[in-house]
Amino acid sequence: MKRAANTASLPDIPDAVRAVVLQVTARLKDLPGALLPVLHGVQQALGCVPEISVPLIARELNLSRADVHGVISFYHFFRSKAPGRRVIYVCRAESCQAMGAVTLEKHIRQRLGVGFHETTADGAYTLEPVYCLGLCACSPAIMVDDELKGRLTPERFDAWLAAEKT
Amino acid sequence: MSITVYVPFDAGALSLGAEAVAGAIGSEAKRRGADVRIVRNGSRGLYWLEPLVEVETPTGRHAYGPVRPADVPALFEADFLHAGKHALALGATEDIAYLKSQQRLTFARSGIVDPRSLDDYRAHNGYRGLEAALRMSGTEIIQTVTAAGLRGRGGAAFPAGIKWQTCLDASADRKYIVCNADEGDSGTYADRMLMEGDPFVLIEGMTIAGVAVGATYGYIYLRIEYPHAQRALEAAIAVAETAGYLGSDVCGSGKAFRLEVRMAAGSYICGEETSLLESLEGKRGQVRFKPPLPAIKGLFGKPTVINNVVTLATVPIILDKGAAFYRDYGMGKSRGTLPIQLAGNLKRPGLVERAFGLTLRELIEDYGGGTASGRPVRAVQVGGPLGTYIPVSQLDTPIDYEAFIAIGGMLGHGGIVVFDDSVDMVAQARYAMEFCAIESCGKCTPCRIGSVRGTEVIDRMVAGDAAERERNEVLLRDLCQTMLGGSLCALGGMAPFPVLSALDHFHEDFSGAVEKAAT
Repeated sequence: MKRAANTASLPDIPDAVRAVVLQVTARLKDLPGALLPVLHGVQQALGCVPEISVPLIARELNLSRADVHGVISFYHFFRSKAPGRRVIYVCRAESCQAMGAVTLEKHIRQRLGVGFHETTADGAYTLEPVYCLGLCACSPAIMVDDELKGRLTPERFDAWLAAEKT
Repeated sequence: MSITVYVPFDAGALSLGAEAVAGAIGSEAKRRGADVRIVRNGSRGLYWLEPLVEVETPTGRHAYGPVRPADVPALFEADFLHAGKHALALGATEDIAYLKSQQRLTFARSGIVDPRSLDDYRAHNGYRGLEAALRMSGTEIIQTVTAAGLRGRGGAAFPAGIKWQTCLDASADRKYIVCNADEGDSGTYADRMLMEGDPFVLIEGMTIAGVAVGATYGYIYLRIEYPHAQRALEAAIAVAETAGYLGSDVCGSGKAFRLEVRMAAGSYICGEETSLLESLEGKRGQVRFKPPLPAIKGLFGKPTVINNVVTLATVPIILDKGAAFYRDYGMGKSRGTLPIQLAGNLKRPGLVERAFGLTLRELIEDYGGGTASGRPVRAVQVGGPLGTYIPVSQLDTPIDYEAFIAIGGMLGHGGIVVFDDSVDMVAQARYAMEFCAIESCGKCTPCRIGSVRGTEVIDRMVAGDAAERERNEVLLRDLCQTMLGGSLCALGGMAPFPVLSALDHFHEDFSGAVEKAAT
């Protein structure tokens, strides 16, 4: 016997995730081109757009799962797995390169012991590359969540990290 | 009476500690019982002096910078509230040579006004362009923009008036104004500065565009990397709505125009106009074929004007002062002014808005003050990650769209990134291909696969002997030609520019001379 296509195949989904998705979609789904605002809303609340939430988002927006998955995977900003408590975005673009970003990037990777798109073992930091923060007159620059740091040196990064830990 | 102190809330200033400086001034004033009103303005664009603190005095605004929180007690001690002498004192802000020699039209208010204050905006000639536009017909507005010679400042330099006319001529039940605020090019920050420092001018420019072409709704597609600009824009839109500058009846004209900020999600290609439209529609940001032009069939299939932040923000002053006022600046077919962004390895990086015609050398030496490292300049990249690397021998090229095309480059959004002689041009060429591979939307093969193959070929050039290098250089140049000619949009179509210019002007880096010299 065939089940109704739209509802039956929804997998079990944690209540907390379901509540967030429904709350976000209820608020935004009537916007024209709602998918990006919805994904931003979900990621803001949950730290990521968990794979398990995709079928529900798709159903609420009357899209296919492939549509939703395709959009999540296309954009660098959306993530399927929760990041560390803080996300460090390191600018890799040319202006920062001209001011020592390559050295800074190496230092940060070594210091945290992770590569790009990875999270430190203690779950404190996720490291992400970013291609320009618009701080090209203050290169090299990084952003921690939405806190900006310009003209950063390896020493100043270490000082910040030490202060964070206390 | 309270004394007004300005501490920028610009993201650049914040990245250098402006928040702590504002806090320190506030508490020090309290401790001393000084009656101080702190205004969080945008940046003047003198980034080597940020955080730049200004004090309002009877003789005008006086500047101090770069100020660290630890300097604040000494500044009070030196009576900076009355323009007292101090090691960080820069004198009257307007007299700082870097600023004084500029021709700030689009950035007339940035760094001066309180970006959250509509009253301040209006007191500095704000909304005069819209007032003029509301007395004109759509065709008259567009004729003014066309006669001013305004070309798209996002990079393509297409005449704005022609785009608008195409949209006006298209008939539809709904039209859109889209602002491309996906400023992804490295070395550019004019959009960000403007949105943070003078958001009302963008709102006014978009409203004028809406009135001109008969569009009732606008989107600002903003980079997720600009959270501060988002807050500034959303606050300004709310204020403009309350004051009747946005809504169902703009200034009692009977015309409707509403505005919404939409956040991007970290994809460089979404700065390409058709990808941007796809993204706004909630899809993967894949490039569309043209035609149809967005002006005829754009967002949600409706006629859409899509322009960059600086383009739209320049419209108000053109409508206020007239086409001739703006057109009289500039050279050749590049009319008006360009907000040039000096970045990378410079002593004095910052925003320089000047009429077209200044040379790269004047910008780098006179304004930029040479490299921050003190080493000689070796390469200059103009126009973002897809821009040509220009050697020192071509620094006398004037800032002019056609002059840049003549040397095989492009002016783009006006970002200039300076590298000193420690730069490895092979690494820069490889990065250009790598960046293209990371950011390719995947729709066309030359870009999607060509960029990956490009990095591989460059790796083989570096690893191989002379014969291998020569063979791979032929291959790389051939690949670049395929990408130049066969890509759907500017990403794949221009990524070869930095690669070929590195090969042409800095060939010695590829032949291993650098490694040999180092060993």
